[in-house]
Amino acid sequence: MAPPPETAPETFQHIEQSPEFRQLRSSFRNFAFPVTAGFVLWYLLYVLLSCYAPGLMSTKVVGNVNLALVLGLLQFASTFAIAAWYARHADRRLDPSAAAIRFRADAVLPAQADHTTVAEEAAE
Amino acid sequence: MTHLASSASDHRTLIMWLFGVFVVATLGITLWAGRQTRDAADFYAGGRAFTGFQNGLAISGDYMSAASFLGIAGLIALYGYDGFLYSIGFLVAWLVALLLVAEPLRNSGRYTMADALAFRMRQRPVRTAAGISTIVVSIFYLLAQMVGAGSLVALLLGVSGDGAKRWTIVAVGALMVIYVTVGGMKGTTWVQIVKAVLLIAGAATMTVMVLAKYHFNLSGLLGAAADASGKGHAFLEPGLKYGVTGTTKLDFLSLGIALVLGTAGLPHILVRFYTVPTAKAARKSVLWAIGIIGVFYLMTLALGFGAAALVGPKTIKASNTAGNTAAPLLAEQLGGGAGSTGGAVLLAVISAVAFATILAVVAGLTLASSSSFAHDLWANVIRRGKASEKEEVASAKLAAVAIGATAIVLSIFADKLNAAALVALAFAVAASANLPTLLYSLFWKRFNTAGAVSATYAGLITSVTLVIFSPVVSGNPRTSLFPHSDFHWFPLENPGLVSIPVGFLAGAIGTWLARNPADPAKYAELEVRSLTGLGAH
Repeated sequence: MAPPPETAPETFQHIEQSPEFRQLRSSFRNFAFPVTAGFVLWYLLYVLLSCYAPGLMSTKVVGNVNLALVLGLLQFASTFAIAAWYARHADRRLDPSAAAIRFRADAVLPAQADHTTVAEEAAE
Repeated sequence: MTHLASSASDHRTLIMWLFGVFVVATLGITLWAGRQTRDAADFYAGGRAFTGFQNGLAISGDYMSAASFLGIAGLIALYGYDGFLYSIGFLVAWLVALLLVAEPLRNSGRYTMADALAFRMRQRPVRTAAGISTIVVSIFYLLAQMVGAGSLVALLLGVSGDGAKRWTIVAVGALMVIYVTVGGMKGTTWVQIVKAVLLIAGAATMTVMVLAKYHFNLSGLLGAAADASGKGHAFLEPGLKYGVTGTTKLDFLSLGIALVLGTAGLPHILVRFYTVPTAKAARKSVLWAIGIIGVFYLMTLALGFGAAALVGPKTIKASNTAGNTAAPLLAEQLGGGAGSTGGAVLLAVISAVAFATILAVVAGLTLASSSSFAHDLWANVIRRGKASEKEEVASAKLAAVAIGATAIVLSIFADKLNAAALVALAFAVAASANLPTLLYSLFWKRFNTAGAVSATYAGLITSVTLVIFSPVVSGNPRTSLFPHSDFHWFPLENPGLVSIPVGFLAGAIGTWLARNPADPAKYAELEVRSLTGLGAH
């Protein structure tokens, strides 16, 4: 099997040290880590309430619909919302800067360029 | 349930026809895909040529298993609100995959989960650990699917059909081996896509029919379900299954944690990210999957409460103690009831959809586990990277046959368990053995080979041991795998609460105690590659 052209290890370390890459990494981590912590806590809160506060959860909201069901449906809503939010963040902040870093690395290593562009075209 | 059996056997021919059409169509797809499968990248990753939307459908097909369709509907029908936790956990879990795992994995790996885990580690120990864990998780998951298939056959052919049930399990096993060995990832992916469309259409039809009976008034449906359950409003509140004692409450918490952390460690889901050309396409496929799976799980609410209201927990329990047949029974009721032609037709259609579901998921699982055997254990560990591509693919096909046979034998024993509860065990093992290694490896610079090996084995051994000594296996005369013996000492059914922290902790301790520190150059490569896609396969 033909592996894609290898990029030299020094190139990776060089890129990793660059301000552009550090910017991209913090842009990713500053979004992904706190948001993950947030939705995991929100989900755990829901599980713990279901376990240990059944009285509160059985509060009627409308007709036979109680708080437990409303909170459960809100978990669905928050999941959809967070997914959409991340998609927007990635489109605006992560993709352009990742493409720029890749483009610059390709300029250094022409062999790499072919591979990356083909992959990108196929994605469209 | 003699009236069910007789009404079903009158129209058994119809079921056979519908199922036959699905089998012939998917075998056709498989043959076509097999002709286009030339090299290892085709066999393992479908040539990486699927679009985000196609892969999103295929992921949904892989994920919405018998556990979701038969298991969750049954749990909601029997235990009301407590069954709903499964739907929520199974969905929220996708955010972990979306935010932390899908894109880095796509960029750093090649064919298997172990590719990403072993990226910056010593290959042989890490691949061995990850390969074993892939196979164990997949076999747990396979069992759940086969159990679902067994329950369906028992419903369709009546209680006396023990022989038929075994033959069906054997037939399902044989078909899945054919899909995988002939069609590879390309064939398996198209089977998933067809199945996802069928399942969504079937579930949507039933949902609309249930809601129409209650004039699209959710409160009315809930009220009717609560009345029919004989439990009153407690049926709509948390606690019916898990609120009984302090132990069951802990079990609920344990289940909740395992569900939300398990998805991003499921090997058969992770390898789906390799079927698209870029990380961006991997992201798009997860976004589509979240949409499709989310809508499907909302429909399980209507199906579960609908089955409780229209069929009633008593009838469901009489047909299958674990509730696995609630959805097909609901279909029969919606079509006009037992004995009516409409009932038999809808029962046949929904049963065929459920069979399609099971068949597609077992194919995905077999592919993921046999790929890992061939690519990780055979080519990289046993043959130390000297195996040719042809030999590697051939060993994958042989492994598919062996894994299929193992699953067939094991599932004949496990038919009393609820499919969703069984899948939850697979989630717990995945979250304990795979997720810690995956996250540490991607985001913790100091993480090293010793850490990866200890996290995987500690998580794997702890979770599997706790399951063996839990009430799932022994001690409960009604629901245990071995009802007549009692060697359980672990009180919870789901081990996640203990085994997931053990996995994370063991990874950290292994890393700190290691004599060989992590290679910063390899971490730089992984980081740049995973975030930018530079050098990705």
